[in-house]
Amino acid sequence: MGLPCGTFNAEYREDMAILRTRTHWGLAIAAIVLLFTLPSYLSNTWLIVANFIGIWIVAALGLSLLTGYCGQISLGQAGFMAAGAFSCAALVNYGGLSYWPALIVAAFFTGGIGLIFGIPSLRVKGFYLAIITLAAHFIILFVILHIPALQGTMGLNIAPPHIGSVTFDSHHNFFYLIMGVVIIMTIITKNIVRTKPGRAFIAIRDNDLAAEMMGVDVFRYKLIAFFICAVYAGLAGGLMLGYITHAHIDEYPFMDSVWCLGFLIVGGLGSVAGTIMGVVFLRVFSQLTYMYLAPLATLLMPAGMGTAGFGIGPFTYGLIIILFLIFEPRGLYHRWEIFKSWYRLWPFAY
Amino acid sequence: MERGKLLDNSNKIKLHADDIDLTFGGVRALMGVSLEIREGEILALIGPNGAGKTCMINCIDGFYRPQKGRIYFEDKEITHLAPHKIAEMGISRTFQNLALYTGMSTLENLMAARHAKLKYGTLKGAIYFGWAHNEEIEHRKRVEDIIDLLDLEPMRKKPVGALPYGQRKKVELGRALALEPRLLLLDEPMAGMNVEEKEDMARYILDVHDMQGTTILLVEHDMGLVMDIAERIVALDFGQKIAEGSPAEIKEDEKVLAAYLGKPKEG
Repeated sequence: MGLPCGTFNAEYREDMAILRTRTHWGLAIAAIVLLFTLPSYLSNTWLIVANFIGIWIVAALGLSLLTGYCGQISLGQAGFMAAGAFSCAALVNYGGLSYWPALIVAAFFTGGIGLIFGIPSLRVKGFYLAIITLAAHFIILFVILHIPALQGTMGLNIAPPHIGSVTFDSHHNFFYLIMGVVIIMTIITKNIVRTKPGRAFIAIRDNDLAAEMMGVDVFRYKLIAFFICAVYAGLAGGLMLGYITHAHIDEYPFMDSVWCLGFLIVGGLGSVAGTIMGVVFLRVFSQLTYMYLAPLATLLMPAGMGTAGFGIGPFTYGLIIILFLIFEPRGLYHRWEIFKSWYRLWPFAY
Repeated sequence: MERGKLLDNSNKIKLHADDIDLTFGGVRALMGVSLEIREGEILALIGPNGAGKTCMINCIDGFYRPQKGRIYFEDKEITHLAPHKIAEMGISRTFQNLALYTGMSTLENLMAARHAKLKYGTLKGAIYFGWAHNEEIEHRKRVEDIIDLLDLEPMRKKPVGALPYGQRKKVELGRALALEPRLLLLDEPMAGMNVEEKEDMARYILDVHDMQGTTILLVEHDMGLVMDIAERIVALDFGQKIAEGSPAEIKEDEKVLAAYLGKPKEG
């Protein structure tokens, strides 16, 4: 956490700020400008990838708070996204709400569902909590499938959302909406982790007994973490619905819950920037795999073996996770930190 | 022994534990132990290994539930309160085996201990600017005072997991102080330290006691240090209180000597 050479803080306010120098501000503004001009450089294929990256960043940030910061593992993130998408679709179709209020209500409704599945975390940890949240995924999908109004196998459709005369019906328009939400959610996440609730989460992750002795109501904060995580998932699910204008349980397979955990492992547990890096890295990688490796694999397989192209995705994904766990368990973010400390001192060795 | 007299309320009872019984299955860890901690004193709890010293601390701060007996803190019963409620009331502790939040920096560890003191909730934290920001600065000042007191400046932003043992012990003391305790429970704060570090730690404890008038319960094995800094001593052995008194009295107490050194042979 060093500052560039020659920069000193005189006030706590300066010391606590995220953007601390003029260069930081410049880079942040440049990054945002670059982000919002991105659609003009990207082909349609990559724009779609970027939109899904945005949606997954929102979901992964929620999981990052729960798993990365609070230490409570969850394998139900895609299930919560489904809950968000379907409740949003139901509110639009049956509740007569327009998309935006429905999105907010659905996010908090999903948060409520998250609370229910957070209750067992009072008693169980680690593997057992993973199994419970895994069950959460399947219970949510089961319930959705068996509520007639949600038309489980058919799914629900909504009209593309709009603000005034701007309709978010193209990849291009939706990009701005998603990236706006991503920026807001990133700032909120960063604020949560640097204030009282964030420190309580880390305290619970690092030493729950000590946290309890030091005045943290452990159960309450575990529930808050589950709630926030599910709100993020519900929001991501609602955005997914708005983007593809369709809610269907096949959009939320269990593998996506595992993917979400993979984002955190690759990016680095317990870091907001790392979470974003993880999502971008894995989604871009999986797109590249799909575009280049899958046709190659299909070509190389002997005839009659079926489409190896489908198998190559999960295979490379698993391989990446294993390689990260062995060689860089602290994720891409740790690499970035190493690079930063090297860059600050360059050209000196130390 | 002028220190105790600086505070004129030395006869007020800060904490009163009455007839505590604690059993784990067939093991009777504490048997009818009664304990009084007076306002503003340093009370040392001594005894051989397994005497029940840490059990007593764990009972006071709510980690263990005694099977029998009641504990009163400032005339309010705390026997069945949740540990975090007891912490909010103003009882703070350090741990025999370090229990720091290793993923956080020293500064964050201390700020995390101010959890109960920070008023804003999760929503205001998420918005941050305005309320939470000002309160953070306010509490940061208090934490910096503790960092200053314990000479923790060089490791303010270092992750605690990377600090050496002696420094971590100091951070633990700092974290306990950040809670602004009215009763401080120190469970072997000097275990595993060299002489120099022990003297430093003793100095910090005395500083805290003198400057803030904090009541302190100290569990420690180094008898020389205990005799030096404690105003009163309670000795435990096999879950029973065997002696209570001033350091001079304890030094001469036959039961204490027998517990530590064994009984002299008859004849």
